[in-house]
Amino acid sequence: MSRVLRDRRAILLFIVPGFILYTVLVILPVLWSAYYTFFGGMIGSSKWSFIGLDNYARLFQDKKFAAALMVNVRYIAMTTFGQVIFGLLLALMFKFWVKRFGSSVRTIVFFPVVLPVVAVGQLFTKIYEIQPYYGLLNSLLQGVGLGNLVYPWIGKADTALIALAAMDIWTAMGFYSIILYGALLDIPGDILEAAEIDGCNAWQLFRRILLPLLRPILLTCFVFSFTGTVKMFESALALTRGGPGTATTSLSMYMYNTAFSFQKTGYASVIALFIFLLCVFGSRLIRAFDRKD
Amino acid sequence: MTTVAAKPENKARKKVRVRNVLIAIVILLVVLIDLYPLFFMYSASFKTNNEFVTNPAYAFNQSLHWQNYVDSWTRGNMGVFFTNSLFNTSVSLVFITLFSLTISFALIKMEWKGRKFFSQYFAFGIMVPVATTLIPLFVIYNSSGLYNTRLGLILVYIASAISFSVYLLSGYMRALPDEILEASVIDGCNIYTMMWHIVAPLMKNALITVVVIQFFFKWNDLLYSMTLISSSSLKTMQTGLLYFSDEFGSKNWGAIFASVSISVTPMLLMYLLLNKMVIEGMTAGAIKG
Repeated sequence: MSRVLRDRRAILLFIVPGFILYTVLVILPVLWSAYYTFFGGMIGSSKWSFIGLDNYARLFQDKKFAAALMVNVRYIAMTTFGQVIFGLLLALMFKFWVKRFGSSVRTIVFFPVVLPVVAVGQLFTKIYEIQPYYGLLNSLLQGVGLGNLVYPWIGKADTALIALAAMDIWTAMGFYSIILYGALLDIPGDILEAAEIDGCNAWQLFRRILLPLLRPILLTCFVFSFTGTVKMFESALALTRGGPGTATTSLSMYMYNTAFSFQKTGYASVIALFIFLLCVFGSRLIRAFDRKD
Repeated sequence: MTTVAAKPENKARKKVRVRNVLIAIVILLVVLIDLYPLFFMYSASFKTNNEFVTNPAYAFNQSLHWQNYVDSWTRGNMGVFFTNSLFNTSVSLVFITLFSLTISFALIKMEWKGRKFFSQYFAFGIMVPVATTLIPLFVIYNSSGLYNTRLGLILVYIASAISFSVYLLSGYMRALPDEILEASVIDGCNIYTMMWHIVAPLMKNALITVVVIQFFFKWNDLLYSMTLISSSSLKTMQTGLLYFSDEFGSKNWGAIFASVSISVTPMLLMYLLLNKMVIEGMTAGAIKG
């Protein structure tokens, strides 16, 4: 048995091809990216030179970077809470309200999750649109007599980010609802029964019993949602192209433009590194709530 | 006496009935919120341009204007993009399943020094955002001739999928009883026949989960293809879709909706086909870890 499982040649054959691809195209670029942060100008150009920590110093004075970070933070706050809280409400609905057609309802709620992000972005552009014709939302508003609410949802800076968050909540809430529903099913029935006998009302049941039991899985959901929203790129690009102005330009988009449009490889690498660290430490921070108090 | 007792009971029953109706309305609303945009999309993909001008957006399509699909498929190049995406996704899926199966087997079931280190090494990639690797990748691809090639895109699709797939499969691999492997050795299996005839069939469900998830990620890819591909004959679905309205005219709503539908439909079909497995896998705790 162990002679077979210690077969060195087999181990090499099993590990090495994937190892090489993964190392060259995932691990190496991360390290390489860190190395680039000490250089100014565009790679390959005559201005490409070692400048020490200048790129890092620049990060703290860059107003565009601060603006992009602000956009990211607001987007993360809205979208993460929206996705997980709506997911939780849906899961509770599946568990306590849906009596018939349960699996059909769950299948339908999961629909938006599987749709390609760019397609959803294009679809919602047409939902929010005001020019040349009213999109779905505005035409519905007008149709029910609320014509004064017609608004260029993604054309104005004050609503564009909210409209984007609403779209991303719509797409992902089904995912979290199914995970949380699975966790609800794992809660033994006699706990709920005992609570009912003790005279718990719905809010007490939720606050005192379900919430503590769901806490670990809720935190997992927050980590998932956070790591997804930190990267904020595809959906914003597809819906608003980062506009109007820079109202929806995220860190990833600012990094992309800095690297490929403004051709500042080193400085863009600092931003890329920042996104990576934000992702790692943000999830750590959420995980820190996992300790028993 | 009886009439007095009957009254509150009636009231209570009425209350329950009102509650049930309200609940039903909420559920219906939720279903509507999830379904209506999709319905709107398919309906709009059959409208003529005239309908967009004269009728409000929520109106149903009055015609069955298939020309939208023809336009988007041929003049809009969606046919090319679709084939590219399907090819890249399929080829990378073959290698993703192969590599992640063998790697997770070697990490979990085989006996060698350093497998702990390599488990962590492969897990590290889960945390790496695509954006962080993009600049060096662009440089590597430019200097090695992989830029703007199908091969280049497929290679990075495989590489970026390994971490998560190995992580997923490792969970299932741990649950695989060692006795089965032992019995197969006694029956004369070597490591390769064991892998092919015992391990792979037993991991079937886990492998399907990996295929579904990675199909979704690869079909969905935008960042890699928009950075590493420049010629439009090699572009994939999402990149094509992103710039579709720029190149095809933003007023041609019918064709835009047809393109969106073309991009959405394979995912919806695949989901409807496998939805029992996807939902059951998720509620049973494949992701809960």
